[in-house]
Amino acid sequence: MSKKTLIVIGNGMVGHHFLEQFADTPAAAHYQIIVFGEEPLLAYDRVHLSEYFGGSTHSDLALGTLDWYSEKAIDLHLDEEVTRIDRHQRQVTTLQGNYPYDELVLATGSYPFVPPIEGNDHPHCLVYRTLADLDAIKASADGVKNGVVVGGGLLGLEAANALKQLGLQAQVVEFAPRLMPVQLDTDGGAVLKRKITELGVQVHTEKATTDIVPGERARLRMNFSDDTHLETDLIVFSAGIRPQDTLARAAELEIGERGGIVVDSRCATSDPHIHAIGECALWEQRIYGLVAPGYTMARTLAACLNNDPDAAFTGADMSTKLKLLGVDVGSIGDAHGQTEGARNIRFNDEAAGHYSRMVISADGKKLLGAILVGDNGPYDTLLQYALNDIELPEHPETLILPESEGGTPALGPDALPDTAAICSCHNVSKGNICDVIEAGCSDLASVKAQTKASTGCGGCAALLKSVVENELEKRGVEVSKDLCEHFPYSRQELFHLVKVNGIRTFNTLIRSHGKGRGCEICKPTVASILATCWNEHILATDHVPLQDTNDTFMANMQKNGTYSIVPRIPGGEITPDKLIVLGQVAKEYNLYTKITGGQRVDLFGATLSELPEIWEKLIAAGFETGHAYGKSLRTVKSCVGNTWCRYGVQDSVAMAIFLEDRYKGLRAPHKIKMAVSGCTRECAEAQSKDIGVIATENGWNLYVCGNGGMRPRHGDLFAIDLSDQELISTIDRVLMFYVRTADRLHRTSVWMENLEGGLGYLKQVVLEDSLGMGQELEAHMESLVGTYQCEWKTAVEDPEKRKRFREFVNDERKDPVQQWTEERGQRRPVTEPA
Amino acid sequence: MKPRTQWDIVCDVSDLVPDSGIAVWTSNGPVALFYLPERLPALFAIGHFDPCSGADVLARGITGDIKGEPVVASPIYKQHFSLLTGQCLEHEDVRVPVFRALVDGDQVRLEIPVAGRSEQAA
Repeated sequence: MSKKTLIVIGNGMVGHHFLEQFADTPAAAHYQIIVFGEEPLLAYDRVHLSEYFGGSTHSDLALGTLDWYSEKAIDLHLDEEVTRIDRHQRQVTTLQGNYPYDELVLATGSYPFVPPIEGNDHPHCLVYRTLADLDAIKASADGVKNGVVVGGGLLGLEAANALKQLGLQAQVVEFAPRLMPVQLDTDGGAVLKRKITELGVQVHTEKATTDIVPGERARLRMNFSDDTHLETDLIVFSAGIRPQDTLARAAELEIGERGGIVVDSRCATSDPHIHAIGECALWEQRIYGLVAPGYTMARTLAACLNNDPDAAFTGADMSTKLKLLGVDVGSIGDAHGQTEGARNIRFNDEAAGHYSRMVISADGKKLLGAILVGDNGPYDTLLQYALNDIELPEHPETLILPESEGGTPALGPDALPDTAAICSCHNVSKGNICDVIEAGCSDLASVKAQTKASTGCGGCAALLKSVVENELEKRGVEVSKDLCEHFPYSRQELFHLVKVNGIRTFNTLIRSHGKGRGCEICKPTVASILATCWNEHILATDHVPLQDTNDTFMANMQKNGTYSIVPRIPGGEITPDKLIVLGQVAKEYNLYTKITGGQRVDLFGATLSELPEIWEKLIAAGFETGHAYGKSLRTVKSCVGNTWCRYGVQDSVAMAIFLEDRYKGLRAPHKIKMAVSGCTRECAEAQSKDIGVIATENGWNLYVCGNGGMRPRHGDLFAIDLSDQELISTIDRVLMFYVRTADRLHRTSVWMENLEGGLGYLKQVVLEDSLGMGQELEAHMESLVGTYQCEWKTAVEDPEKRKRFREFVNDERKDPVQQWTEERGQRRPVTEPA
Repeated sequence: MKPRTQWDIVCDVSDLVPDSGIAVWTSNGPVALFYLPERLPALFAIGHFDPCSGADVLARGITGDIKGEPVVASPIYKQHFSLLTGQCLEHEDVRVPVFRALVDGDQVRLEIPVAGRSEQAA
């Protein structure tokens, strides 16, 4: 099956975002992706461009890494300009060659608009868009003192800030009567002008430049239509952007009257195989010059290419929050009050330099728009009112008035609906944040890693923090790392205490390093640590009271107090004889039988006293415990591999069985799942496991830290083409490092994301042995493998341990509250009417 | 008036598991019996039935203390029940019965209400 080709022209913020959104979707597997970037640099953050003069480098601003591109098998051609699109042959031409495509994405962005002024081609007339432009500005500014920015909009003021950071005396020339005419009204513009002037940037409004000629005291002289003039050493044009549609025009795609590649709501151009996103695209006669709408288009297109019938770009909110030259500026929704019947509330504190305006619906109930200059404090609250149509409080003016005795009626995170957009760059709602917290994220960093919230423009950082903290608080999560009230230590610290001091029982540990008598949080945690360090039987007298009920009775408690039993079936391979035994046992004890996702059989409904009897029979037939009850290795799923499959390149079943036998019984901070696929078709779904192994022609590729569940995460490619031995020692190290350093109930994905340095750091520790503990980790694993025992075998052979499995110690009767009914030919508990 | 009770023998001391619970059957139904050797007295008895899940499971929960109060956590949905009062710490209106327990030689006795013979109160 040959792949189709998807070509993306443009490696800017939106082009990169599209790749991020698309690369992991099902459709991506059908495409070879080729990307052309005109610039020699990998996509970088243009929103924070002025930080380049504040010491940031390209790699600080870069949005992705070359590793990421190669990991996703994206063919990246930087510094390769596309010169032509041939729609009939469906190919693009660069100076290097021709490349056929099946689908083409134009993410060519925009170019700075330079007004047609005579003399604008002078070498010290510059623009502000790329890092190369910034290098040119820097070179031009060398040894001179003055610089002028033409354009008093958002980009112009950013450019003025850049000049200021270079140590120049910066001036701004604006054609309109006020600064930021799009976002601000007259009063707001005036306050901003005054504040900026106070900061040493002179602002000239209502100035039309007629020509640029050589100056007398400086390099250049700008003549204005009102017969005034200004001398300066360099000029930066930052008077707006124009869509970069040259290629599309030449290819005769439909272009808007004032430029821009016309797209529909699915980001398709007039040629259905060509798509356009970002600042080059014209949607409903509109170019969106902000990053968030571009990201929305990128997401929309990724969904459309996956045939999502509901995906559509339906416009974007153009609200902005900025700090320009250190001055807060915010503009929300209908800032100019153009809605019919709109009313205004204005607050103008000339002394403090604060201007606020709220535009309110005719009935006074909804916020339509707002302008803020000098203080963005109310921005987040106002934006949420506007975006979510939240009804305004009785005295809405309190939202923008300076805080009074009683305090502002702030819109707490609780008042926001789940649909409230917190991060518009990455389309993260409050509901998304609650979901990941529910799924185990317990701090801001992990929420950011999971959702990407606040990793775009960063404008929502404060709001995100308050939402996360509020949600954590509601769930009773302490931000403290203490395990619980009995131990002022994290799991990792306790691990060290146990290991270093040779502590072998919970009682010794709590007496020496804790207080009280423990609880259901610290006891199982310590039991797990003790198991990893010393590997004694979990039902040894000292350990019995520590275990969660599932560990105590080595089965999974179900809702009616009965248990389910899951014998180990390594790699999912089972003989007919063993399968028959499972059936016989299930029949004898009337157990509900179900195949699990981990390629084994779950037998439900055994009472406590039946467990040892059932296990006696299973053990006699050669079964071992499956640890389905433990925070430990569950299964190693496998496909059938090259012994049967026409496509398999390695024996995935044999490797899965080997791995399952090696790591069975390993106690960990959370459950561990693995899978081995025999070829890249990935039938075992290894990339959704903590440890995923995929066969290659030359050995094994290893993926780590994936998981399914509520927040599925694909594993990261960790190492390629490993031999059997290399694979095993690498997994030994990863698992042992995880077991030693992860927090309680952290799956490998959360653990890795919380590691400072993340995947890169983990690779250093495991593959480069940067901590010098690789041998020790392997030796520790080896000792655990060597001391493995089937817990059930030990238990059924020991009369003392078997005594634990009595329903009532003084009576033979079965539990009286259990009630059963039959469904689809099997027994199940009666569910109480709600 | 207090209902009439009797002290029934329910198990041997050797049946107890330190820092853990066992279930015993009484004329008043199932009771969870906990032995916390570091406390005085060391025996605690509450109803075995978990009202939050509707299953007979409390004896199989993990014992511990919360701010000094001895508790067991339900093994099903993890609510805590005070071993002193039977009060559920998460739900004010949920409470399980509490029984007095004592060691008599090498046997354990529980104070059980006498079924059907309690005096009419109010």
